[in-house]
Amino acid sequence: MYSLALWHQILQVSKVDLRAQSIFEDAFAALGRLDNISLVMGFHPQYLESFLRTQHYLLQMDGPLSLHYRHYIGIMAAARHQCSYLVNLHVNDFLQVGGDPKWLNGLDGAPQKLQALGELNKILAHRPWLLTKAHIEHLLKAEEHSWSLAELIHAVVLLTHYHSLASFTFGCGITPEIHSDGGHTLRPLSLSQYCVCDIANGNGHGNNLEERRSSHQVSGEVEVLMERMKQLQECRDEEEASQEEMATRFEREKTESMLVATAEEEECVQSRDVSRHFEDPSYGYKDFSRRGEHVPTFRVQDYSWEDHGYSLVNRLYPDVGQLLDEKFQMAYNLTYNTMAMHKDVDTTMLRRAIWNYIHCMFGIRYDDYDYGEINQLLDRSFKVYIKTMVCSPEKTTKRMYESFWRQFQHSEKVHVNLLLMEARMQAELLYALRAITCYMT
Amino acid sequence: MEKMSRVTTALGGSAISGRTMFCHLDAPANAISVCRDATQVVVAGRNIFKIYGLEEEQFVEKLNLRVGRKPSLNFSCADVMWHQMEENLLATAATNGAVVTWNLGKPSRNKQDQLFTEHKRTVNKVCFHPTEVYMLLSGSQDGYMKCFDLRKKESVSTFSGQSESVRDVQFSMKDYFTFAASFENGNVQLWDIRRPDRYERMFTAHTGPVFCCDWHPDDRGWLATGGRDKMVKVWDMTTNRAKEIYCVQTIASVARVKWRPERKWHLATCSMMVDHNIYVWDVRRPFIPFATFEEHKDVTTGIVWRHQHDPYFLLSGSKDSTLYQHMFKDASRPVDRANPEGLCFGLFGDLAFAAKESLISGDSNRKPYLGGDRRYPIFFFKKPDLTEQFAHVSSALSVFESSLESKRMDWFVKTALLYLLGGKPFAELCDHNAKVAKELNRPQVSTTWTMLRLMFSDPANLSTPGPNNISKLGNLPLMNSFSMKEMGTESRLDRSKGESRQDNIHLEPGNSLINSNNDENEETEGSEGQAEYMFGDAELDDDDLYSMEHEIQAVEEQEYTLPQEAFPLRHEIMDNPSVPEHLQQDKADSPHASGNEAEVMCLTPIESLSLIAISQPLFSPHLPSRFFCPVVREMLSHYAEQGDVQMAVSVLIVLGDRIRKEIDDLTQEHWYMSYIDLLQRFELWNVSNEVIKLSTCSAITCLNQTSTTLHVNCSNCKRPMSNRGWICDRCHQCASVCAVCHHVVKGLFVWCQGCSHGGHLEHVMNWLKSNSHCPAGCGHLCEYT
Repeated sequence: MYSLALWHQILQVSKVDLRAQSIFEDAFAALGRLDNISLVMGFHPQYLESFLRTQHYLLQMDGPLSLHYRHYIGIMAAARHQCSYLVNLHVNDFLQVGGDPKWLNGLDGAPQKLQALGELNKILAHRPWLLTKAHIEHLLKAEEHSWSLAELIHAVVLLTHYHSLASFTFGCGITPEIHSDGGHTLRPLSLSQYCVCDIANGNGHGNNLEERRSSHQVSGEVEVLMERMKQLQECRDEEEASQEEMATRFEREKTESMLVATAEEEECVQSRDVSRHFEDPSYGYKDFSRRGEHVPTFRVQDYSWEDHGYSLVNRLYPDVGQLLDEKFQMAYNLTYNTMAMHKDVDTTMLRRAIWNYIHCMFGIRYDDYDYGEINQLLDRSFKVYIKTMVCSPEKTTKRMYESFWRQFQHSEKVHVNLLLMEARMQAELLYALRAITCYMT
Repeated sequence: MEKMSRVTTALGGSAISGRTMFCHLDAPANAISVCRDATQVVVAGRNIFKIYGLEEEQFVEKLNLRVGRKPSLNFSCADVMWHQMEENLLATAATNGAVVTWNLGKPSRNKQDQLFTEHKRTVNKVCFHPTEVYMLLSGSQDGYMKCFDLRKKESVSTFSGQSESVRDVQFSMKDYFTFAASFENGNVQLWDIRRPDRYERMFTAHTGPVFCCDWHPDDRGWLATGGRDKMVKVWDMTTNRAKEIYCVQTIASVARVKWRPERKWHLATCSMMVDHNIYVWDVRRPFIPFATFEEHKDVTTGIVWRHQHDPYFLLSGSKDSTLYQHMFKDASRPVDRANPEGLCFGLFGDLAFAAKESLISGDSNRKPYLGGDRRYPIFFFKKPDLTEQFAHVSSALSVFESSLESKRMDWFVKTALLYLLGGKPFAELCDHNAKVAKELNRPQVSTTWTMLRLMFSDPANLSTPGPNNISKLGNLPLMNSFSMKEMGTESRLDRSKGESRQDNIHLEPGNSLINSNNDENEETEGSEGQAEYMFGDAELDDDDLYSMEHEIQAVEEQEYTLPQEAFPLRHEIMDNPSVPEHLQQDKADSPHASGNEAEVMCLTPIESLSLIAISQPLFSPHLPSRFFCPVVREMLSHYAEQGDVQMAVSVLIVLGDRIRKEIDDLTQEHWYMSYIDLLQRFELWNVSNEVIKLSTCSAITCLNQTSTTLHVNCSNCKRPMSNRGWICDRCHQCASVCAVCHHVVKGLFVWCQGCSHGGHLEHVMNWLKSNSHCPAGCGHLCEYT
């Protein structure tokens, strides 16, 4: 957890908010534990409810994949981002449902069927736009270790769920529960390290004071942002950018998003424990952007979640489409009409900018959006944070978390994290589902 | 027909003609629209915006509206509509939120006329007013609908759908001022174009987005909607509340729906994902598409009937970059390939079976309905075009009711009570049980008992088995028997009876059986009351047909297959190499029993005869009884599998050591447990106990040893009494004292549940003879049952 203050807030929320409390209770009853992820999400009980329902359905309820497969896929996905917290959580679950401990020695120990999924996992996590029909064909071709369509959809949903959850975990700096295995972190310490000791020895507290001090200097940040939103709202009708201009704006934003440096540190040393679950650890978003490859543009008007993705998922894995749809909508529409200390603010524009910026990083374009807005609303430190969290979450640092939107509440930052997580999941899903649709036609 | 001729004149003497044809587009299409005279079609998509001429044999590209070096997003169309009054006017909805109109009459290459950029999000739909030249309506993702007057630069009114995205807008064909809008949250709203402040009415049509809606071209009140929930619904809007009158369930989310011109009940749909076909449905027959067009290889994105009064031409554009013209006569008819047969079990074991009449009516016994075929009413013939109706399939529905006895399970209880399982010589037991079974009308079981007696008892004691018994074998075991609700005519039954009699002439025992059997059938029929079932599959253009009563000529098919399955002793025949030649012949014939049910009726008697023939020679004193053991084992398993575990267990007990070693312990235990469980459910505790006692299974006999402890608490200190039942270790008091004699009760203690006083059984009984109050003097009016 980033700071004690966050903890205090969480505890307060759960005390005050009866709804959050009852959800916590239900979650505890269902899982026999209350993980830190749920606790942090407890800031936003409506969302938490939807999230837990979906996750419960994906992991426990009827589905084409067997239980230990589900957890193993979760481990694979989380390991891709070196998220030891999620990995450990699911290693326990995996063993509990009767999974073979040998599999945990690495992907080589797992059945060939799961090994085949490794490639998809890798691409989906870092460069989903490279996913093609051929990948799907490879997995589905009738062989001994092939996947069925329904199984594949289930696996894809799980993979994307855990990729984005890993983003959230790092984004909020969630650390292992103290009592669980690896509560005292398996990751080797690096400069960017933050862990349970933040809570344990109160490091966070000191930083917090410092932050407070600096926050005075940047006071007015919120007001500036609000002013910009207002301006955009007013001048939108007058200033009419040409179509070429719009397209250029999107391209610029896309290219720029790639140049946003993710983290200053050198390549993070991987913990052996986690990296054994996947191959080719050097494969990542960063590599790609350095080489300056071109991300092809994906037009959301041609393949959208609401029209196409939903139908495909619901057809092959009933009810999940509905659950995901509710979750996306919940995340996208969640608002309390507040910004920091200001009340009654329409944040639609800001939320849309964040959502579209993330999709933009994945090359997904909304024809009806003026990408110039993003530049106006999201400042550089925020962009760095988003970029890092979405593309290489393992490099997120506490400093980044603190350096954006300094005057905002923790709960609002968690809200942003939820947006990031869901937008990322939808982006990955869109690419995967489009590839599957291509395969089916 | 009248309208058709009018159309013909409108077309200048040349009726629309053509064939199924297609052309390749350069890019996937998003929407298509035809001009009023049905000679040209416009195709719009992200990277395409062209007009094609519809010629006799092919599509001809007439015009490419997508001009300019680097076309802007305004050309990226989500929807397109050709004005139905003004043939030079087109409108498109762009994905970037622009609404654009195009004037084909412009001399320059760029035909763009007006550009409205009032919507903030993608515009999903544009719609011209059907009769008003300058009125254009748009619906957008931003939740607003805007009405434009093409003579002005701006929208004239804005309708707010309360922040939910608009997926479709459609002007009503008949009401000048009304339009319908469908929304992403599943709602449909009706608006009056003059009142932009509030919708006239709103209802929830689907769960999830409603992608499309379409007003019926002729009937003013009907609106069809299609949604992501894979349904097409037809709403009657004339009433106060929108009423769902038809619902068609498709296999994928519905992207477009279009009523078929000149056909009141037909509509065409295409889906947004997965399914590439175009379906034409008759809304009254929602389970199977009336016609299917299967040409596209990717999802169909736009469908439109070529002319608003011609039902035979359908145009479609698709993501696979083709534009098709479909001829209705070339459509595939799924109903031709469908099997209109159905079989279903009811809650109480009834069996319903529906099949094409042509399949069933093959037998000569059918009695045609006197007075002509009433199923085809006279008005039907005015439409000679058979391709326009569903194939006429009239099906016959037969309902086989399981007989009352088997429903009530009476036989089970009675059998359980009356069977003798021990205490007498083996032969007597068998005879007794056979008699019980026979009285309960279970001839097969009865015969089995008789056979067992023959097989296992001392040959010296053999008395001739009643021939009647064996002949009864042909009957079905009751639990499987169905007596059919005969819906045909009585005379037919008589006839079949007669035939079976003839067929059976050579089987002396079988003869009487058939007669009695049929008589029984008739009886049950009468008692069950008549019900008429009909399954009108014929498809006509009028509702009347559906209310019309069919005379269903059902056939007596009940014993078509069941008797053979239910006939357990057949194994015996197969196992035995000494089956006479002619009997095998019979057997070979029997599975091929033709549709003639008379033959089927006599099928079982033939086998019964063969049994007699076999068992008689087989029975000889030389054969040790062990010889039969494998057969009996199979028989028992067969009974058990059939569900008659009672028989299996009873035989097991009666035969005792004779058969016990042949069957493995686990199976035996399983049977015992099942039977005991059944008995206990019927509250036949005594029988269940007897079975437990007589069983040779150790696991079963020990059942009686369990739960024999009765725990009592001390009446003073309320603690459990561990050692003895009458004195408490803890408070050292005698817990159960008789209220009458004041002595400790050791043994049977009876007490009143009202005041919990009591005592020795006989003391209390004596007391109550003269008093009604409690002997302890508590004043309670004790009640004992």
